[in-house]
Amino acid sequence: MTNNDSKSVSDQVTKGAGVGTWIEERLPVMSFINHSLRDYPTPKNLSYAWNFGSLLGIMLVIMIATGLMLSMHYVADTTLAFDSVEHLMREVNYGWLLRYMHANGASMFFILVYIHIARGLYYGSYKSPRELLWIIGVVIFLMMMATAFMGYVLPWGQMSFWGATVITNLFSAIPVVGESIVQWLWGGFSVDNPTLQKFYSLHYLLPFLILGVTLIHLIALHQFGSNNPLGIDRKGPEDSIPFHPYYTIKDLYGLSFFMLIYMYLVFFNPNFFGEPDNYIPANPMVTPPHIVPEWYFLPFYAILRSIPNKLMGVIAMFGSIAILFALPWLDKHPVRSAKFRPLYRIFFWVFLVNCFILGWVGANPPEGNFVLIGQLATAYYFFHFLVLIPFLNKFEPVPPLPMSISKPVISKSAKTAASKGSKKNG
Amino acid sequence: MSDTLDSLDSRDKCPTDSSDPTPQATRRDFLYLTAGAMGAVGAGAATIPFIKSMGPAKDVLAASTVDVDIANIKQGEVMTTMWRGKPVFIKHRSPEEIKDVREIPLTSLKDPQTDEARTKNPEWLVVVGVCTHLGCIPTQRKNVAAAEQGWICSCHGSKYDDSGRIISGPAPKNLDVPGYKFMNDNKVIRIGEDA
Repeated sequence: MTNNDSKSVSDQVTKGAGVGTWIEERLPVMSFINHSLRDYPTPKNLSYAWNFGSLLGIMLVIMIATGLMLSMHYVADTTLAFDSVEHLMREVNYGWLLRYMHANGASMFFILVYIHIARGLYYGSYKSPRELLWIIGVVIFLMMMATAFMGYVLPWGQMSFWGATVITNLFSAIPVVGESIVQWLWGGFSVDNPTLQKFYSLHYLLPFLILGVTLIHLIALHQFGSNNPLGIDRKGPEDSIPFHPYYTIKDLYGLSFFMLIYMYLVFFNPNFFGEPDNYIPANPMVTPPHIVPEWYFLPFYAILRSIPNKLMGVIAMFGSIAILFALPWLDKHPVRSAKFRPLYRIFFWVFLVNCFILGWVGANPPEGNFVLIGQLATAYYFFHFLVLIPFLNKFEPVPPLPMSISKPVISKSAKTAASKGSKKNG
Repeated sequence: MSDTLDSLDSRDKCPTDSSDPTPQATRRDFLYLTAGAMGAVGAGAATIPFIKSMGPAKDVLAASTVDVDIANIKQGEVMTTMWRGKPVFIKHRSPEEIKDVREIPLTSLKDPQTDEARTKNPEWLVVVGVCTHLGCIPTQRKNVAAAEQGWICSCHGSKYDDSGRIISGPAPKNLDVPGYKFMNDNKVIRIGEDA
């Protein structure tokens, strides 16, 4: 933290005396909480699109809490895993609730993170000075995908087994060492007990790593504070309000809406996102006729399948996420928010629709028109990042931006000043 | 615009104005407290499934009684059976053993309890075979003087008599008597269910 912060800490410490002060002098935990959750200055114009960060944090806590309870009943052994999950569902008090909260929680987690990422794309939150914040976020996203995949293997149903087989076989595409890497992952010659046991161990470990990286994400966030719907920097204290109570209450309000949807699924439609085939115990001798990953992997699955070469398909799939790392340097347009970029705004929505098309293709068998649609959508995905965005850098005009968050309406006199300001930004 | 803002401000500030010497509860305080109380109740209720999931599951509770055939236990013999993961001693006592153990004066006992209170049928002693000191399983004492009969815990030397009552040693209490009942003309004991 900076010198200014430590000064304000010591100011708070000198006030009053007692156990709290004694602890505070040695471990400034209260002033840290105060600094980052209470007084933390936040742009005063944040919309509900900024709810999703805190929702994701709460979701992570729910996942760890329910997962901890599930781990007390789950057995990571191929002969017992499926039955231990059924035992949990039928015999353990509220076991069904904990499992449905955990399974649907994974889906909710991805809905939230996709909206969170889309928010970042729309409002240019990845741009300077928040490039590292964005990159750490993509790292969390990758860790989430690994965690969710390994968690889906644990119930040891047919989809678990064959999903694990397909995904681990992705690595066999690597030239020369691919086969040995896959055998190393499996701990054998096929997905079997050693695979299940290591997936369970890693599925337990990764959420805590995610928690750690999330804290780094927060440190990076608090360095410059949140971006905002206008995408302009805060000019002074009049542009900020303290996080508490303004955004704690706004986040809680959003949370209550989110919980309505989440709990509707848990209580009334708990298998909505699930695959019936996963209630059939894993059978290494029979592959189900139609294998689909969990819905949140579908767009990437479609990219994988759209390329008729094994290695290139795998590269394209990982590349579709890796390209997000490069986004802060692909998009050099000085204006952050799509609010002031009418061209980018159109292409943002086209890109989003394209992602849904990829998901739809991924959910269908790779036959007939789906092959062509999948290939076109895959091509467009990369076209968006590699051609459209650099093109817009050069040719999308830089419009006049508002003077400040407090004066969001652009008057005639402000127009000239704002365009000067935005040039400085670039 | 500014007019509305001003009137909003004054409505908010009026009751809690710092110049007011007697601050009053505002609608905001009421909402804050009631919403906070509801939130606390909700959060508390949400912990119930988490806590309960750690308790005994339904299959465990369903297996919480056990039926033991006692027809073949001869007088003087002890049978050890498992109930809820713990050993239960079932002793078929002879008339002499019953007489001996009932002659032990209550005043000499650390945890005074009559043998009559500990048995449903004087011939049959049913006790949980877990030492009340630190949970070891006491060993039956054989080939000792009549008054010395009973159990001794090998861990810390607590001695129990033929009624499972603590005679000497560090254990604070007598061996537990589980709930049980006789069935089928006293040929079967169901442990875990009182008559």
